[in-house]
Amino acid sequence: MQKYSIFSLIKNAFSNHQNWDLAWKDPTPKKEYDVVIIGGGGHGLATAYYLAKEHNITNVAIIEKGWIGGGNVGRNTTIIRSNFMYDENALFSEFGMDLWRKMSQDLNYNVMFSPRGIINLAHSDAQMNIYARRGNSMRLNGIDAVLLNREEVKEIIPMADFSDNVRFPIFGALMQPSAGTARHDAVAWGYARQADSMGVDIIQNCEVTGFDIVGGKIQGVRTSRGDIKVKKIGLCVAGSTNILAEKLNMTLPVEAHLLQACVSEPVKPVLDNVVTFGAGHFYISQSDKGEMVMGGDLDGYNSYAQRGNLPTLQHVLTEGIAMMPFLSKLKMLRTWGGIMDMSMDGSPIIDKTHIEGLYLNCGWCYGGFKAIPASGWTFAHTIAQDRVHKLNEGYSLSRFNTGHLLDEKGLGTKTWIS
Amino acid sequence: MLHIKCPHCGMRSQNEFAYGGDATVKRPELNKEVSDQDWDNFIYNRKSLRGKHKELWHHISGCRQWIKVERDTATHEIFKTVKANEEI
Repeated sequence: MQKYSIFSLIKNAFSNHQNWDLAWKDPTPKKEYDVVIIGGGGHGLATAYYLAKEHNITNVAIIEKGWIGGGNVGRNTTIIRSNFMYDENALFSEFGMDLWRKMSQDLNYNVMFSPRGIINLAHSDAQMNIYARRGNSMRLNGIDAVLLNREEVKEIIPMADFSDNVRFPIFGALMQPSAGTARHDAVAWGYARQADSMGVDIIQNCEVTGFDIVGGKIQGVRTSRGDIKVKKIGLCVAGSTNILAEKLNMTLPVEAHLLQACVSEPVKPVLDNVVTFGAGHFYISQSDKGEMVMGGDLDGYNSYAQRGNLPTLQHVLTEGIAMMPFLSKLKMLRTWGGIMDMSMDGSPIIDKTHIEGLYLNCGWCYGGFKAIPASGWTFAHTIAQDRVHKLNEGYSLSRFNTGHLLDEKGLGTKTWIS
Repeated sequence: MLHIKCPHCGMRSQNEFAYGGDATVKRPELNKEVSDQDWDNFIYNRKSLRGKHKELWHHISGCRQWIKVERDTATHEIFKTVKANEEI
């Protein structure tokens, strides 16, 4: 594989950048693989990469119905954080933060990881207490957390509404300084390029039509581009989880819901951090192009539409304007939607299933992007070793049966009620 | 924006409704042996179909009645709405 560096950049400048290698090939599917990953999103690409890198399993295919980077990995708001209270979530995410910090070097691809800090605003004394508790839990797990008072928040984000007559005054905030953002497309492309270079076949425009299961064991997968013999399948298809589960005769604690995001017209640098509104569900950051990147609540009803509906967008942006009134002057550039695999306790599932050779990775709710490296790493381990890693022990499918729920957000069995 | 025909009030905007999830889920019968699997299926497990989906909505800013709606989850086309105690 061609290494990307200042030297290769200069060298290729002499030939007008016409001679760059393709970042990944476009292979036709082989008849048999050791592992097939269904879903060529961030999680699928990362899983294939870590299968090759950490476990030396390179006879791997990624089957993607659409194209690489066309799903949620290209539709999210690029936020990366590990500000969780529960041990399972905190340790898993913090492991991921380490991978994020090394990612550009590891992948030889600039993912523009920008640890700019996330600020969760608090709007009451009670919320400050809750944030202090969460911050302490984070610090006990080695994650950086800072409790800010009103004046300290004002120093960092003076454009927020600090006037006296607001409905939700800012009391303070919990900040994770090491959180941040990254270029989401680059994450997909970087993982794809490295996985491909180690022998993984990335097969795009290839839809899974069925599975061959004999005696409770995976024997193969049927696709729109032919049948493939395989003993191990990793399913990480996010919003399409229920569709494929139906083909497997499985009913999962997951529902497909639509989440919208939007960007404003580009403006000069105004916001250095990621900020979330504490009296509702709204988050904002500024992209390198200057657009304000914003998101919030789900549309609220089962949806596979990949496009949003105005009432939710209006509701979310109302919260945004309450928090930062200057936003009302901006024009909206784009809005879009992605299908979330909403699990019933708000936490993901990375586990084996009752079908031998079928591994499940789903239920990422609002937080799939930040989890890409840790999810890929632990899922690769789970598939390669046929057992879960300590880091994803808590993300078991059976927890809904045994009662060991990870209801970090306290949303209970209906994550889409908020 | 969705327009939902409330069987009690007529055609109303989506803003007046709250979503209530899959309408085909049945609570296990009272005073009978309930297996863990039955309970999981009632509380957690969902088919989340792509296409026609029978679901509950609550006309919360209207007549406050629960209703059943059959809607396409990919196109949002609404085929039918009935009262909560009617079959859809």
